[in-house]
This record gives sequence, structure tokens and C-alpha cells, in this order.
Amino acid sequence: MSKRKTERLLGLVVCLLSTSRYLTADQIRQAVPGYPEQDELFKRMFERDKEDLRDLGVPLETGLNHPFDDDPGYRIRQQAYELPELRLEADEAAVLGLAARVWQRAELAGAAAGALLKLRAAGMDAADEQPAPQVIEPRLGTPEPAFGPLWEAVRDHRPVTFSYRAAGRSEPQLRELEPWGVVNRHGRWYVAGWDRGRDDTRVFRLGRIAGAVKFCGPPGSVTVPDGADVRELVRDWDSVPREHTAVLRVRSGTGVGLRQHAVSVRADETGPPGWDLVTTRFADVGSFADYAAWFGSDAVILDPPDLREAVIARLKGVLA
Amino acid sequence: MSAVTSTERLQRLLALVPYVVSRKVVGLAETAADFGVSERELVDDLNLLWCVELRAPDPYCPIDLSYEGGEIVVSQAESMGRPLRLAVDEASALLVALRMLAELPGLEDRSAMSRLIAKLEAAAGEAASASAQVAVQVDLQGDGTEILAAQIRAAIAAGRRLHLRYYVPGRDEATERDVDPMRLLVVEGRPYLEGWCLRAEGMRVFRLDRVLALTVLDQASAPPPEATPVDVDQGLFRPSPDDVRVELELSAEGRWVAEDYPCESVSDLPDGRLRVVLRTPDTEWVRRLALRLGEDGRVIAPPELVAEIRDAATAALANYVVLSAAARGPPAKTACRGAAV
Repeated sequence: MSKRKTERLLGLVVCLLSTSRYLTADQIRQAVPGYPEQDELFKRMFERDKEDLRDLGVPLETGLNHPFDDDPGYRIRQQAYELPELRLEADEAAVLGLAARVWQRAELAGAAAGALLKLRAAGMDAADEQPAPQVIEPRLGTPEPAFGPLWEAVRDHRPVTFSYRAAGRSEPQLRELEPWGVVNRHGRWYVAGWDRGRDDTRVFRLGRIAGAVKFCGPPGSVTVPDGADVRELVRDWDSVPREHTAVLRVRSGTGVGLRQHAVSVRADETGPPGWDLVTTRFADVGSFADYAAWFGSDAVILDPPDLREAVIARLKGVLA
Repeated sequence: MSAVTSTERLQRLLALVPYVVSRKVVGLAETAADFGVSERELVDDLNLLWCVELRAPDPYCPIDLSYEGGEIVVSQAESMGRPLRLAVDEASALLVALRMLAELPGLEDRSAMSRLIAKLEAAAGEAASASAQVAVQVDLQGDGTEILAAQIRAAIAAGRRLHLRYYVPGRDEATERDVDPMRLLVVEGRPYLEGWCLRAEGMRVFRLDRVLALTVLDQASAPPPEATPVDVDQGLFRPSPDDVRVELELSAEGRWVAEDYPCESVSDLPDGRLRVVLRTPDTEWVRRLALRLGEDGRVIAPPELVAEIRDAATAALANYVVLSAAARGPPAKTACRGAAV
């Protein structure tokens, strides 16, 4: 951290806030202490300072005082800079405190803390943020390294490229995506958008992105179509209706999970004693075979045949 | 605070002036606590603000303040009397979290929630729009969870003990237990009950979608003094060094295991394969996992578990042999009686 730089930036903000006219770079150099004499050095430093302020969200405006001015000038309009009047009741502050803790150790934790600071600066009492007793504690993590760059890309409307290891593929493939949104569903993060290579909408799981996410276009070059619902895209991608029926023989006193969602459970009068007949609905053969294999010798698939074969294949796979 | 960048400190300074202005006068200690800095760092900040000077057109100092006797007063704030508006990331962090909270089961204060969302959206203006592109869906498996959450909240408020019938998939077991409820947690979109389990004599975390039945008992909830909530920020499930060390090799199709279960180590092998090490107090679920994975996952160690898994697969396959024999006709059906059970 450089104290001189902080002082200079602070001076720059105060200077530009207190002017209603646009100030040229030269006028700014005169007014704000800390800029170097040498023109080239000043130019570079001033450029960086402007960028830093914009990154902080300071609305730096560029314009001319008169149409015939040569050099553009800069100013910060008070109205664009200031947080609008915001009065929070104690119960609202309590909910806000809860919301800010959601991100605790995640990618947006710093942003949440920054927001709280501004709201306290606007007069919110920090004591109100801690309701007692705390009986509900929500948390969200962003362990996937791809979250940061993808969130930036979504925020700034920029296309990205990344290599993606689709389920069951051994080699990752390079994808080019116009990201529309990031969604957390069942605890996992997904990005949805327009896949330029496939020329269609696609959903990707962040945990399957291998390596770095790179921007491949300038900010503002992605347009999210009206009515695009990223939540729905992810939901559709993630869920298949349970339209098939399976019949299983389940050992008495076992298969609690299988029985819990069953359509019917009855004693198996035609079969060997000690087993029940369980009828249940499932979405697809692969994932239900996975689930049934979990119960080992306590569950036997009777029908349909392809499901039975799928379970047998898994069991043989264990012994192979 | 360590390794603060110039712009991070600038953010703090820009918030500090309006913080004091909106309170008229405020103590050093209280301010330092709210900003998460030491009093020394705070005094440095105040000195820096006081020293700001503009040289043109006429030299002047835009900010005047004092902190005599430990009380901060800003007598001149120029145009810095209000905080900077919320940045896109800041507005989004709060709004995304709030919309997730609004979906939570059993949360009572919905009116404060919607008032707050409306106020923040209004204050953030354009910065709020990006937050619509991030969504968090809370995992609710049917309406059951919502009802359970409401019952649990009521029991916590009334200080009552709960009786749970709770499913443990790893053991394929429905367990019966009394629990003194302490908190509802929502971690990664999934709701949990945290409480003192009288059966285990320890703090336990229960997934609401695995609660088969719940009864609020007449007895008062009386967790012992040693019942302290877990630090959710350290993760809900922490392996212990006493746990069994299990080594697995996964094919490309089995890589999801490394995403879904906390692993001690994960290393890449050729052809998209993975080797993972995990620790668990109970290997029964790993045996089940191995059956589920089939050829997509192979347990390498410990050897006892490897043998156990082979036995389990052999027994399960034997059921199918007997079953196909049974399907052929009555004589074979009698034969299966002894073998299958």
C-alpha cells in the first residue's frame, strides 16, 4: 500500500467532486498534489488513477465545457456519486446483517463487506445487524475457481473461452460462451448462455471447467436476449421427469430410501419369504441403476429388463 | 489489517467521513470496530483526511475534523458528506443473498425482507440489474422441508425437544433419536437442523430432506453447556485423523465423486482418470458407493474394504442368477428360496 497514492486519489476525488465545470488534465495536475512534473510520467499516472477510480465505481465523467475546447475535461457529479437516501429500520438491518454473512468465505465476501461499510456510513447502526438469538444461518460458498472470472464476464457482458470436461469425457474441450447468468442449484454453480461453437444455448457446471476462464471479447459485446431465464435453463438441464416405472424385490427391513419414494410397497407372496415388492417411478435408467446398486444384495430389479441389465453391469464391473 | 491496497484504503476513507457526519459525533473505539481496523490505523486515516489539500485555483483544505478526547467530529466535509453509491459487485452480493434468503423455508420476517430488497434496489439503481443474472435456488425437496423447517423454528422458539426419525443412507437405516434443536442452517442451498443429539451425546447436523418424521415433544430442550454450534465457515463435515483412509481410482465417468465428497487429496491420472483419498469414520457408505460406481471406480485401499466390496457385489449378483432361474418355472423357484435369503 502506498500512502502517497491514497492521498493523491483522495485529492482527485475531492477535487472533481467540488467542481461543476469539467477540469482538464492540466488543471487537475495544478490542483491535486502528488503528480510528477514530467509530462509523460504524469500522463501515465493519471490514466492509471482514472482507471482505479472507475474500478471502485466512482462515476468519472468526461466532457467539454465549450464545444470549441481542445482538451476534454473531467468531473464527478455529486448526484451520480452519492448513495441515495437510505433509511433502514432495525428489522431491515437485521436481515441485511444475515444477508452479508451468506458469502462469508466466498468470492463476493469482500463486495458484501464493502456494501455494509457504505450503509453504515449512510447512518445504519451496526448494532442492529446482529439480531439475537440467531436461529438461522445461511451460507454460500464459491469453491470453483471459475466463479470469479465468470461473474465478471456476466456482469460486464463479455464472452469467454474455457476448456470443459463434459460428464464422462476423458478429454476437455475448448468452448466459447456468451454467458447470460450464473446459477446455484442444489449447492452447485452453473453458467448458462449461448455456446458459439454449438450455436445453441448451453449450461455448464463450474466444477467441470478445467483451467483458466479467459475473456475473448470487450465488455458490452454480449447481449442477453429478452426473456432469457437462466434459472429455468439450469433447471431444465438438471431435471428429467420421472416417467418410467420400476418393480423391485427389496429385502424386508432394508431399502429405507427406496421405500420412502415408492408408489407401492407390498409383501411378495409369489416370491421367496423375507422380501417385499416395491414399485417406484424413475427418470432415466442410468441414474436409477446407480441408485439401486447402492443397496447391494438388499434390492433386486425385476422390471424393466434394461434397468436390470444396467444394475448387473455395474455389479460385474466391480468384479472385473 | 494486512496488505491493504491503496484503493481499498481509499474506499475506507471515502466511507469514514459520511460515517462520522451521519452520527455527528462518534467514539474512536466504536468507529474502529465498525470499520474492522485498529484505533491506530483509524487515527492514521483521520490524519490523512485532515491533511488533504487542494492547491488550485486557491490552496485550501476541504476536510476539517478533530478526534480530541477520543470523540471524532467532522466540522467540514465539503462534498464528501455522503457515501459513494453501491458498486455493481456490492449491490449484487447483497441482493443475491437476500433473494436466496427470501426462498428459505421457515423464515418469519418476510416483510422486512421485501422492504429491504425494494430499498436496496432503489438505492443501487443500475448497479442492481447485474444481480438478476445470479440466482441461487434453495434445494427444497417437496413441501415437506418447508413444514419441517417451520416446526423446527417453532420448537427452537418454544425451547422444546424434538424426536426425529432420521434416514442415514450410508447405512440404509432409519434411526430414532431425540434432539435438542439449536439452529437451522442453510449451507449451499440445503437446509439442515443443528442440535444436541441425545443418542450420540454430541452436536449433530441433520439434513432436512432425510428427516422421515418429526415430533415436537413436551419435554424442554436442555442442551448441555458443552453444546456449542459448529463454525459453519469451516465446513459442515470435517474428517478426523482417526478416520479410515480410503483410496479410490476413478474413471472419467466417476470424476463426480471428487466433486461431491470432501477429499483429502485428488490427483490426475492419464485418460481423465483420478486418484482420490478420503477419510471416513464408517466405510459402509464407501462399499455402497463402489457398487454404484461399478467399473467407474475402484477402491484400492484398505484391503479389508476391497474384499468386503467384492463379497457384496458377488452376493448381489447371486440374487440375479437365482432370480432368472426363478423366472423359468416352479422347480427353480423352490431352489431360490434357500439361496436368495
